[in-house]
Amino acid sequence: MTDDAQDLLFDLTLTDEQRMNRESMQRFAAAEIRTLAQPVDGGLSSAQDFYPKTAELGLTLLPISEALGGAGVDRSPTSNALIFEDLAHGDMALALGSIVPLAFVNTVLDQGSDAQREKYLPLFCTGEFKAATTALLEPRATFEPAEPNTTATANGDGYSLSGTKSMVPLGIDADLVLVIAKLDNGDPAAFIVEGTPEGMSRTPEDNMGLLGAQLTTLQFKDVQLPASALLGGGNFDLERFIDLSRLGICALAVGTCQAVLDYVIPYCNERVAFGEPITNRQSVAFMIADIAIELEAMRLMTWRAASRAEQGLDFHENAYLAKVFCSKHSMKIGTDGVQLLGGHGFCREHPVELWYRNLRAIATLEGVASV
Amino acid sequence: MINLELAKKHQETFDQVMLLAEHMMRPYSRKYDKEEHTYPKEMEEAAKLIGGGRSSMSGGAKKDLPEGTVVNGGNMGAVVGLFGLCWGDVGLFLAMPGSGLGNAAISAVGTPEQVKKYGDSYAAMCITEPGTGSDSANISTTAVADGDEWVLNGEKIYVTDGDRCDTLVVWATLDKSLGKAAIKSFIVEKGTPGCEVTRLEHKLGIRASDTAAISFNDCRIPKANVLGSSEIATDAEGRKKAFGGVMQTFDNTRPPVAAMAIGTARAALDMCQDLLKEEGVELKFDKKPSNLSSLEAQLYEMEAEWQGARLLVLKAAWMADNKTPNSMEASMCKAKGGRVGNDVTLRCVALCQSLGYSENYLLEKFARDSKILDIFEGTQQIQQLIVARRVLEKSSSELK
Repeated sequence: MTDDAQDLLFDLTLTDEQRMNRESMQRFAAAEIRTLAQPVDGGLSSAQDFYPKTAELGLTLLPISEALGGAGVDRSPTSNALIFEDLAHGDMALALGSIVPLAFVNTVLDQGSDAQREKYLPLFCTGEFKAATTALLEPRATFEPAEPNTTATANGDGYSLSGTKSMVPLGIDADLVLVIAKLDNGDPAAFIVEGTPEGMSRTPEDNMGLLGAQLTTLQFKDVQLPASALLGGGNFDLERFIDLSRLGICALAVGTCQAVLDYVIPYCNERVAFGEPITNRQSVAFMIADIAIELEAMRLMTWRAASRAEQGLDFHENAYLAKVFCSKHSMKIGTDGVQLLGGHGFCREHPVELWYRNLRAIATLEGVASV
Repeated sequence: MINLELAKKHQETFDQVMLLAEHMMRPYSRKYDKEEHTYPKEMEEAAKLIGGGRSSMSGGAKKDLPEGTVVNGGNMGAVVGLFGLCWGDVGLFLAMPGSGLGNAAISAVGTPEQVKKYGDSYAAMCITEPGTGSDSANISTTAVADGDEWVLNGEKIYVTDGDRCDTLVVWATLDKSLGKAAIKSFIVEKGTPGCEVTRLEHKLGIRASDTAAISFNDCRIPKANVLGSSEIATDAEGRKKAFGGVMQTFDNTRPPVAAMAIGTARAALDMCQDLLKEEGVELKFDKKPSNLSSLEAQLYEMEAEWQGARLLVLKAAWMADNKTPNSMEASMCKAKGGRVGNDVTLRCVALCQSLGYSENYLLEKFARDSKILDIFEGTQQIQQLIVARRVLEKSSSELK
């Protein structure tokens, strides 16, 4: 880690590759994700049937080296943030489920040992969707991401894992779960849990939103793990994992808020009251202007932190503040989206109430979307 | 390639300006806040060092570079410089010769001759009138052609630097019945008979900067002193374009004013954080804000708001440097910068309790100073109106 920036210019231009990638992500999000958002949320369609389709995006394939069967494109936090943003424009829940295997891959790439990369990463290069996830949150009102209560006690050749993880995306199906716990000495560590070992149970959650993400509570009671399950041999940088995840969560917020803005503009322009479109009134128009302003600031803060991460600059404070900013403003944008549609916004015929419910999770989510 | 760090040259500019702000401006902040209307002579030295305020900072035209070449030029340099100078003191910055808005107008729309003759003068802008504020298309000051001269009549108020400047850029109408299209701007040298400073305002903040009322009574100036064309467009498109031309000055000047708000807010944040640190409250960027005290959570929130606003300013300036139309982004950053500036500076006063309210520190002054930054160069509400019209694709007759 260094603070000596190369002499780059301030620049918001995407690379050609990012531009092309965005186009295909946006196409997929519009055709395959948005159309399913409300049916999945309403229980009329299964998210399980959806996720295999995301294999065509090749999300997990890209950053894995050619030697391990991947495409060998360097992992780029900025490009990942753009992808998350575009997928979330379709639906935040399905986007989260789509990208959490990549978050697992990114973390193994970033902090795993060579042996772990060789063992697990080829599983993500088959062209089939592979359910994997990361688990940090715990069911406590004052939970601190840097202070998990889940414990991993050294035990013979391995570890005994005990604790409860909540809001784990794809938690029902994931064959591989990266579980964050603390060691006997109090240091944080991450463990790769394969399958469902004895003592592990999976309980689907009912939440306010994010239904399509299949959020799950995972319980571990004296689950025996081999020493090889310890990520990176125990040198786990939890702060870095949290920070990289925050960038992904912020990107999801940006995409969802862009969806809100794109929806309220035509709706409010067409909605007539007192003989003219409601957007001819400043109280309505200014609310929409403020959505546009705060959304742009959310995006720039996310991009800045991601770009610093990519350049190897310290980005902890930037990620922290981006999360503070995105948490506050995405919830405001979510509630304003409903407000702008009035009673219609409150009814599930329109997606704004769904976005409201999903955006409430931005401030709460941690450790699920590492870029 | 996405990178939101400052280029090395701009980081160096910023670092140098911060030194100047700390040593050549801050020591005089309270003095000239107390002694309103006293000319802060010490700023002449500072102004020389930075080569004159906005005039030297604007420009930086994109030269003949290959298509797609990214530029970090004069507009970015200007806002970065202003972050630092207004961290020093926004009132004192506005009192620097050459910092006036008039210079920006001359360099934006002046002919080469006008730029040569007046570009380096200390130029102030006369737009507002007693009955006309944000609705600047409604001005009543008149300009009538008479031989090879223009004759100006009317009263202007809120002219920043109006007393100390050498040159005025005056908005006047050639024929009020023809609306916006007949509004032109004129260069008037101070001392021209018929042009008189009638009053200096007593203000809430930026007291180091003089704000004048100026009257024009049969004030005669040369024909050549009109900025832009003196033709009155007759068709709708031409009329729109003509006034749009004058208004475009603001696309260039809004990011700098937003940058002043960023600088002022940073000054308040730094002072507030220093005072709280002495009492054991410090930003550690570890725990989630929801698990912290309200005081700590507010410090993070202000820091986040400040960063977001700063990036909007840099984006608008970057677009200007790269000749990308930025009218919406300029207003976005002015709206966000203005309100964050107000909110942050006032909250810093509140969070430091009696220290914040006391004149022993500058927190109360930063708050008072910052208020104008959400008003001049287009109020918060005018910026929201501009952004809303762009976002919603509404005309000014639809969204009033």
